[in-house]
Amino acid sequence: MVITNRKYILLLGGLLFLTCAAVIVSSAMGYMHISVSEIVQVLWANISGQKELLTGMDRAVPFVVMDVRLPRILTATLVGGGLAMSGVVYQGILLNPLADPYTLGVSSGAAFGASVALLVNLMMPGIVSVPFFAFIGAVATLFVVLRLSTFNGHISANTLILSGVIVGAILSAGISFLKYLADEQVSVIIFWLMGSFASRSWGDVGIVAAAVLIGLLISFYYGRDLNIMCLGGRSADSLGVETARTRKILLVTASMVTAVCVAVSGIIGFVGLIVPHLMRFVVGPDNRKLLPVSVFTGAALLLMADTVTRAVLPAEVPIGVLTALIGGPFFCVIFRRRQIRSNNG
Amino acid sequence: MADKVYQLKGVGYSYGTTPALQDFTLSLQKGAFYGIAGPNGCGKSTFLDLLVGSKDADAGELVFGGRPVSSYTKRELAKEVALVPQNFSIGFDYSVEEVVLMGRHPHIERFSSPTVSDWQRVHESMDAIGIRHFSDRSIMELSGGEKQRVVVARALAQDTPVLLLDEASSNLDIRYSLQIFNTVRRLVDNKGRTVIAVIHNLNFAAAYCDKIIFMKEGRVCEEGSVEQVMNEKIIGDVFGVESEVRFDTFSKTRQVSYRYGRER
Repeated sequence: MVITNRKYILLLGGLLFLTCAAVIVSSAMGYMHISVSEIVQVLWANISGQKELLTGMDRAVPFVVMDVRLPRILTATLVGGGLAMSGVVYQGILLNPLADPYTLGVSSGAAFGASVALLVNLMMPGIVSVPFFAFIGAVATLFVVLRLSTFNGHISANTLILSGVIVGAILSAGISFLKYLADEQVSVIIFWLMGSFASRSWGDVGIVAAAVLIGLLISFYYGRDLNIMCLGGRSADSLGVETARTRKILLVTASMVTAVCVAVSGIIGFVGLIVPHLMRFVVGPDNRKLLPVSVFTGAALLLMADTVTRAVLPAEVPIGVLTALIGGPFFCVIFRRRQIRSNNG
Repeated sequence: MADKVYQLKGVGYSYGTTPALQDFTLSLQKGAFYGIAGPNGCGKSTFLDLLVGSKDADAGELVFGGRPVSSYTKRELAKEVALVPQNFSIGFDYSVEEVVLMGRHPHIERFSSPTVSDWQRVHESMDAIGIRHFSDRSIMELSGGEKQRVVVARALAQDTPVLLLDEASSNLDIRYSLQIFNTVRRLVDNKGRTVIAVIHNLNFAAAYCDKIIFMKEGRVCEEGSVEQVMNEKIIGDVFGVESEVRFDTFSKTRQVSYRYGRER
């Protein structure tokens, strides 16, 4: 189970390289043909500030790369990393390898908030920001769920999962009602719920990058405490972990990152469930090792999935549908294997 | 004053409106082995939770080393007091060695790696409990008794002046039960450690403890040396069973035998 430090560094380096390579290759793919060398040239010109390097190039190329493709690509990459990171934290706190960033109903809250905003926009176009409402919905849900599951200042994993399920069910009913109200224009809500990275801006990139970075730093700071917390609250307390406080901090952190991701991209399932699960097989359960590799793997996987739907498939399939279609069966396979292994062992 | 580890004055704790502990007044001395016995559900584990700081007393004063327990951070207290809980559970698949290393958590700074002396403690504890030979095995593959020994080794690796055991031998066969009690007893005799152990088996309690605390319905019922409190009357009062206590020449200690509900 224990991976040597040398192998771990190699793996982390490899994943970092893979993610960067995926960003560059993905930037080259799309309706307009752009070569990888042009991509590198455009990127270098922008990073180093030497705009004169771009003279002689088709003027559409820097525009398409910098203003159309890169914001979308980087948003997908960051959201993938953010969801995987939240998945690690949720699984660690809930002591459940089947927990994911949406276990606490954050996605339902975001979906409800977004649906309200979309409905208002149908009546009075452009009056409210959908991502903002999605974020508020997610955060409000989180606090309701936390409030519901706190007894005597303590939160237990089971009450959290149950509270998440209950609140999620109520919100789903609310979303159905909003869809009913939207009547013939219900497709706007449905498409938002399926998730998309289409026409993201640098503003989105900035917000998600800040959320993921802060979230990662906080989670990493509490990484060893999170390891100890797998022994349960009583033992973790006796080993010097402020379990109740750490649990709250990490839950709020992971949920905030999820809320930002969902607000920007809609609901994208399975990344936050499968990536941490899979990476735990490779690097073991130590969260300090698991977090970085999961972030890069999630980033690379979601970017590849988005690139497939954007540039490979003849028509764009909503990214949330694609991840569920690929991730679902894949997860079934891992799940069965685990069952078989644990029954034999 | 310095030889007192814990001092409790009128300590109480309730689960909601159900009182679990009431009016606990006790002084626990340094370098002694305390046994806590009493019927199921009388608040023994809750008592240990208060001592280890994972629950806060809601009445009375609970002082450890001259300061209220509530004034300690979890980390400060974890350098002083270790707990072997009754039930072991783990969410993810760590190796035995990694679990024992978790005992060093309060001693290792946040971003530091375990030092040579941390590893030394880990290995010594595994040797003391005899689990070194399966240190690389996955904790999830172990039997209940093996897991329990790992947890005891983890608590030993924590290397604290005070050790709390909550039925540490409940899953163990007689050989390993004796091994654990012998190891812990040596810590008291050779290193002046204080041990407070919930023990169901009164014969183990009589054999290993210096003092016995009998609890009943959330209160201290009797407290004293084995000679003072291990007798038929108190056992009858606390557990409601008929017994006979006599000096056993083989084990050279008081031993209890019971009236079994079977005709002979």
